[in-house]
Amino acid sequence: MTATLDPTTEVPTMEVGRERRRKEDAHLITGRTRWTDNIVLNGMVHLALLRSPYAHARITSISVAGALDAPGVLGAWSGADFPEQGGLPCAWPITPDMKSPVRLPVAVDAVKFAGEVVAVVAARTKAEAVDALEAIEVDYEPLEVVLDMEAALAEGSVLVHPELGTNQNAVWAFDSAGAGTGGDVVAALAAAESDPDQVVVERVFRQQRLIPAFMEPRSTVVDPTSEQITMWSATQIPHVLRVLIALSQGIPEHKLRVIAPDVGGGFGGKLQTTPEEIITLMVARKMNKPVKYTETRSESLMSAHHGRDQIQRLRISARRDGTITGFDVNLLADMGAYLGTVGPGVPILGAFMFNAIYKIPAYRFTCTNVFTNKTLTDAYRGAGRPEATFGVERIMDELAVELGMEPMELRKKNWITHEEFPFTTIAGLTYDSGNYEAATAQAMEMFDYDGLRAEQKRRRDSGDPVQLGIGISTFTEMCGLAPSRVLGSLSYAAGGWESASIRMLPTGGVEVITGATAHGQGHETAWSQIVADQLGVPFESVEVIHGDTQSSPRGMDTYGSRSLVVGGVAVVKAAQKVVAKAKIIAAHLMEASEDDIEFAAGRFTVKGTDTSMGIGEIAWAAFAAHNLPDGVEANLDSEATFDPDNFSYPHGTHLCAMEVDTETGKVTIRSYVCVDDIGVVVNPLIADGQMHGGLAQGIAQALYEEAQYSEDGQLTSGTFVDYLLPSAMDLPNFTLGRTVTPATTNPLGAKGVGEAGTIASTPAVVNAVIDAIRHLGVKDVEMPCSPQRVWRAIQDARSGASTPAPVPVAAGPSAGVLSTGVPTGGAA
Amino acid sequence: MTALSVKVDGVKYSDDVEPRMLLVQYLREKLGKVGTVIGCDTSNCGACTVHLDGTSVKSCAVLAVQADGGEVRTIEGLANGSELHPVQKAFHECHALQCGYCTPGMIMQSVSLLSENPNPTEHEIREGLEGNLCRCTGYQNIVAAVQSAAAEMSGKSLATAGAAPADETGSLR
Repeated sequence: MTATLDPTTEVPTMEVGRERRRKEDAHLITGRTRWTDNIVLNGMVHLALLRSPYAHARITSISVAGALDAPGVLGAWSGADFPEQGGLPCAWPITPDMKSPVRLPVAVDAVKFAGEVVAVVAARTKAEAVDALEAIEVDYEPLEVVLDMEAALAEGSVLVHPELGTNQNAVWAFDSAGAGTGGDVVAALAAAESDPDQVVVERVFRQQRLIPAFMEPRSTVVDPTSEQITMWSATQIPHVLRVLIALSQGIPEHKLRVIAPDVGGGFGGKLQTTPEEIITLMVARKMNKPVKYTETRSESLMSAHHGRDQIQRLRISARRDGTITGFDVNLLADMGAYLGTVGPGVPILGAFMFNAIYKIPAYRFTCTNVFTNKTLTDAYRGAGRPEATFGVERIMDELAVELGMEPMELRKKNWITHEEFPFTTIAGLTYDSGNYEAATAQAMEMFDYDGLRAEQKRRRDSGDPVQLGIGISTFTEMCGLAPSRVLGSLSYAAGGWESASIRMLPTGGVEVITGATAHGQGHETAWSQIVADQLGVPFESVEVIHGDTQSSPRGMDTYGSRSLVVGGVAVVKAAQKVVAKAKIIAAHLMEASEDDIEFAAGRFTVKGTDTSMGIGEIAWAAFAAHNLPDGVEANLDSEATFDPDNFSYPHGTHLCAMEVDTETGKVTIRSYVCVDDIGVVVNPLIADGQMHGGLAQGIAQALYEEAQYSEDGQLTSGTFVDYLLPSAMDLPNFTLGRTVTPATTNPLGAKGVGEAGTIASTPAVVNAVIDAIRHLGVKDVEMPCSPQRVWRAIQDARSGASTPAPVPVAAGPSAGVLSTGVPTGGAA
Repeated sequence: MTALSVKVDGVKYSDDVEPRMLLVQYLREKLGKVGTVIGCDTSNCGACTVHLDGTSVKSCAVLAVQADGGEVRTIEGLANGSELHPVQKAFHECHALQCGYCTPGMIMQSVSLLSENPNPTEHEIREGLEGNLCRCTGYQNIVAAVQSAAAEMSGKSLATAGAAPADETGSLR
């Protein structure tokens, strides 16, 4: 009777590697979506939040009485009205002495950045709640603000958190001599300085502050009216959120269910326990009613976390033949006013990526995290790795100029060759596989590298007002965050495993439960492809369940380029367990020894015979349970977790041809070619789509985006009028190529596409801008390379001024971190 | 309160609304048409794009009462029953969406663009979509989808439109 139910009657072709259109799309293209803000519950109350207009102030008095009298208002509270509110957790105490200020969801007594919540109104409608905010009276005593990291570290600086006694959050350092992975960088640089056959290049680069700007503003609905509280939230981390809320708010974990329904983008920006979530939860519990809060875009830009914001001071030494001898990295990282969920750890991820794909014999990385009166920073698209890749790829170009070498030749001179894998880097990572030569050769050919260099020379020689620049970025990243042991060694609070379960249904369908909750990455499609191959069932018979702690109880969620290479591999492991169990049942039913059963394309066959059963038939037999082997449970389910032994290391070569109008500063990307090696690709369509989006982001950092503050700490780029997300008019078409060097550390061979586009493109684009105008005397242009900045750099160079302008160095207690006795702004 | 009579996706509605209520709020809060979404406060992102009397508008920049007597089409009224609009199909075929939040607005704007210019160049498509922001796709596949839909709607084959080739299993489940 099971023949018609057996899904394996049509043997599928291999799904992995196929350009499957996404299962996710159907409801998204028809508007049948489940965004959190779409949720309507009976008796639901709406919140509006009053936010501080000051970046630093004492709250001398606050009264919500007026709001209580406003139409439709059901409640109004200031911070003091929430004695139960606990501090928001930071899960990454990077050093034992890290300074961790208490961050309350609703500020009490003082505010530390503009946008901090000071009062809450609940009303029948959102409009009524917003109206009532006007009636809240707050008296502030404005305090001096500190916005600049170097000023914040200087002696006598105003303190963001006086109780900490310092604006220094933590100093985290890695030294290859101390770690035993390489030589002493201080000695290497000193030797280079006194050796005429060596050079030392020093540069200071700024990683401007960026805003994730996910398209869906954050939204939370909490229904406390049952025994178990349900929270819907536009979050990347429903599982982690549940744990963190349970720990920080004293709600037993089993009494809280967190659901991330459709989530409209994250990019790391929805990787938090937010004040807004906690406030919604607190009000819902106070009122015993369902409560919704949805932020406006300007609230989002102002108070959801930001990314990047580093000053990088880099010194690299090399012999005249181009061989690198030492690399010293000093970072200042702006934490903003508080610590986010993983914020302190973000810059230190760069420690492992500054050496990039190069063999560097001596290396040091020091990062000083600093508090300022600005919005907090945390993980954003690549998190620490784009910053590192930018630094090393920019200084490689500068080193090439200093040495008079072709920049690609300098890279080739120093990179790890494909025969040398696996290769343990000076930062202590072991790169399992890669082939930088192959990706680079392909990229250079697709780009017509030599032809463009020839054209560049012609234009320079003819003094063409529009100059051509060629930007190179060869890079690797670490995907698959992360081996739990590594996270533990970095003081991260949790592990980096991922969970998957598979349920074969009696009628042959398959349910896959994944802990890697997606927000646009296409997991439903990719996981279906993986399971289809593993179990030999059609793609269409697989349903992927995620994003609800009730139906998907275990997981570490989606961030850090971990979904496929950790979560996808967990799915493989769960599928292998299903096959193993089905094999026992198949052997029993076909009266054969287990050793004689072969499994292929969804069928169990007794070796050397034509006796076989489909996996769907086994699922039915497990369900019917009429004739199971002794001790075998009546299901065909499995559960697995996967904790990788190592990261995976996608790599690639990105090349950008940039036209720069020297009379106006206008920059135009003429072509962008990248060849990426992301190992085995499950769905090329999805992988390419992720590349495109990442490239858009990386280019936007290079050319368009910057969170800017006024001197008194107001975010002046607080709307999409001022914060320039690129539109379709601002970006070119990209030319993508691919090489495949399978990862050796997981059964899929996948490396993950990660944030390759974001990580690699920013330095490629900036290198191209500078390459176009370097012959005019320009050595750097700060990001974003706006026409005004490019034009200014050209003007300065022509008038003989130093480009870039020297960057001052902090004095004071931590100056030792930044100052090694060499003046900065070394471009001059 | 002001009386409002409007046809939305083929259905007539009469309501009393606050004069300040935006069209997008009316669609979402009064009619439950939550397929149209809000992405910004400043009419920059285009996520809320709908058609009002045949022209695309950002429904966060239109008062509900301005639609009085008019006809509104939203993403929820775009398909003909179960038959998707060619632009919807093309977005799926060309992988022109990831998180999908900008997608309703992007599709409505693309439909409007093609009704005004059935055979746009790539530049014209990019220009036409300039007011709709996407954070996931980098726009390349969105542009390809519009090209593909243009070809489909004018009877040309997808292949000649330069769109991503459809695989043999490209249908929606």
